[in-house]
Amino acid sequence: MTDTPKIKIRDLHKAFGSKVVLDGLDLDVMPGESVVIIGGSGTGKSVTLKCTLGLLELDSGNIEVDGESVVGLSARDRERVNHKFSMLFQSAALFDSLPVWENVAFGPIADKTITRKQGKELAIEKLAQVGMPPEVSDLFPSELSGGMQKRVGLARAIAGDPEIIFFDEPTTGLDPIMADVINDLIVKVTKELGATALSITHDMASARKIADRIAMLYQGKIIWQGPAATIDDCDNDYVQQFINGRADGPIEMAVRK
Amino acid sequence: MNFLQHIGHYVLKFFKSVGALVLFTFTALSHCLRPPFYPRQILRQMIEIGYFSLPVVGLTTVFAGMVLALQSYTGFSRFSAEGAIANVVIISITRELGPVLAGLMVTGRIGASMAAELGTMRVTEQVDALTTLSTNPFKYLIAPRLIAGVLMLPFLVFIGDIIGVFGGYLVAVYQLGFNASNYIQSSWEAMVAMDVISGLVKATVFGFIISLMGCYHGYTSKGGAQGVGKATTDSVVSASILILCFNFILTVLFFEK
Repeated sequence: MTDTPKIKIRDLHKAFGSKVVLDGLDLDVMPGESVVIIGGSGTGKSVTLKCTLGLLELDSGNIEVDGESVVGLSARDRERVNHKFSMLFQSAALFDSLPVWENVAFGPIADKTITRKQGKELAIEKLAQVGMPPEVSDLFPSELSGGMQKRVGLARAIAGDPEIIFFDEPTTGLDPIMADVINDLIVKVTKELGATALSITHDMASARKIADRIAMLYQGKIIWQGPAATIDDCDNDYVQQFINGRADGPIEMAVRK
Repeated sequence: MNFLQHIGHYVLKFFKSVGALVLFTFTALSHCLRPPFYPRQILRQMIEIGYFSLPVVGLTTVFAGMVLALQSYTGFSRFSAEGAIANVVIISITRELGPVLAGLMVTGRIGASMAAELGTMRVTEQVDALTTLSTNPFKYLIAPRLIAGVLMLPFLVFIGDIIGVFGGYLVAVYQLGFNASNYIQSSWEAMVAMDVISGLVKATVFGFIISLMGCYHGYTSKGGAQGVGKATTDSVVSASILILCFNFILTVLFFEK
């Protein structure tokens, strides 16, 4: 591992009107590391990812990827930087109008680095990596179950051999067994690629399984972070309340606001 | 004071919307002119707009031509001017009814479908997914629709003109008892290149308006199913009004003496 973080976020602020979502967020993700951000709904987990990808403009602060600031980049430079990224969306966000194989190979085909024929071969190879048979490649997303869509989304996320993968609530809406399958696949594919992973979730089973390090986001700031194995022993009351899913605790007032 | 505040609020909102639309238009146009292009997407949209709209436009214009011949006969027979029916049909269809009716019908069919498709892509994060795959949504989604709209509306109007004039011929010959060869000769003599050209120029402008409104309202929609429904309605209403407005402006420019 080098000393330069793959992603370095400093003093990130983002508000929507009068609602402050991120209030000075700091976070480092080292190369090859898998970091999971946990936190309640509406605490700014998705906003953090979207600011890093350039989907949302931040109000102030700085985000660096491989030591390069990605704030205020031109569209062309943003496209160059985004080549390092891929993302598995909460809803999979597969393109309805395209068959599965075109979804999976979309990035490389759009880049014109491969032909459509090679794209289909690549898609079948990536689908196999996430445990799906070749017959699925000709189906449309609407013909797949939620778990299968997530797997196709994962295959799409790894198709371009990204350096960094974002996972947005990867197990939300899945039954516990399928959630565990997805968790195992996330660990497997990120290890195989040697990719850096940044995930957001409120599923603690998922966080424990896929994280090297866990960070808790509360009121726009990281209030605790540490190795995944130590989270149960931490003495932070907010973290303890969250990971144990208790209604009573310091977060209660914020929930009832 | 409260009343003035309301007026101020709506005036500011109006200018904000106009500014956003102008910015969207210039961004979209710049992406239409700069590579990379997506020919497969352009072709798909051309088929969707041009080929699949043919039955709707054909049916509309054939009945418009038939009604026009019938009503002209009712009016002109009072002055023994039935011979002018061919003139009226051809001028009305090529100058006004062809482009306007085709424009309004395509607005209902294509403008609404564009807004619904892009709106759904927006609220299901498919547009964000495109960005994470290093594909500019303006290039992949907006530019092909604008190019296809501008190219296919003149084609539709040209076909619509022929079918509309044929509708007038059917009524004149088979219902009103005109001599077929005399009617065709009168129609041919009444046809002026400028009338047809002005209709095709109008169609080009209407094609741009339909695609632009469909794309703008769909792309900027938010708020789930309700937002997509609103985007669809807004796109049809705004495109229809703009078509009628620009029809007047272009008519003045072409024919005012």
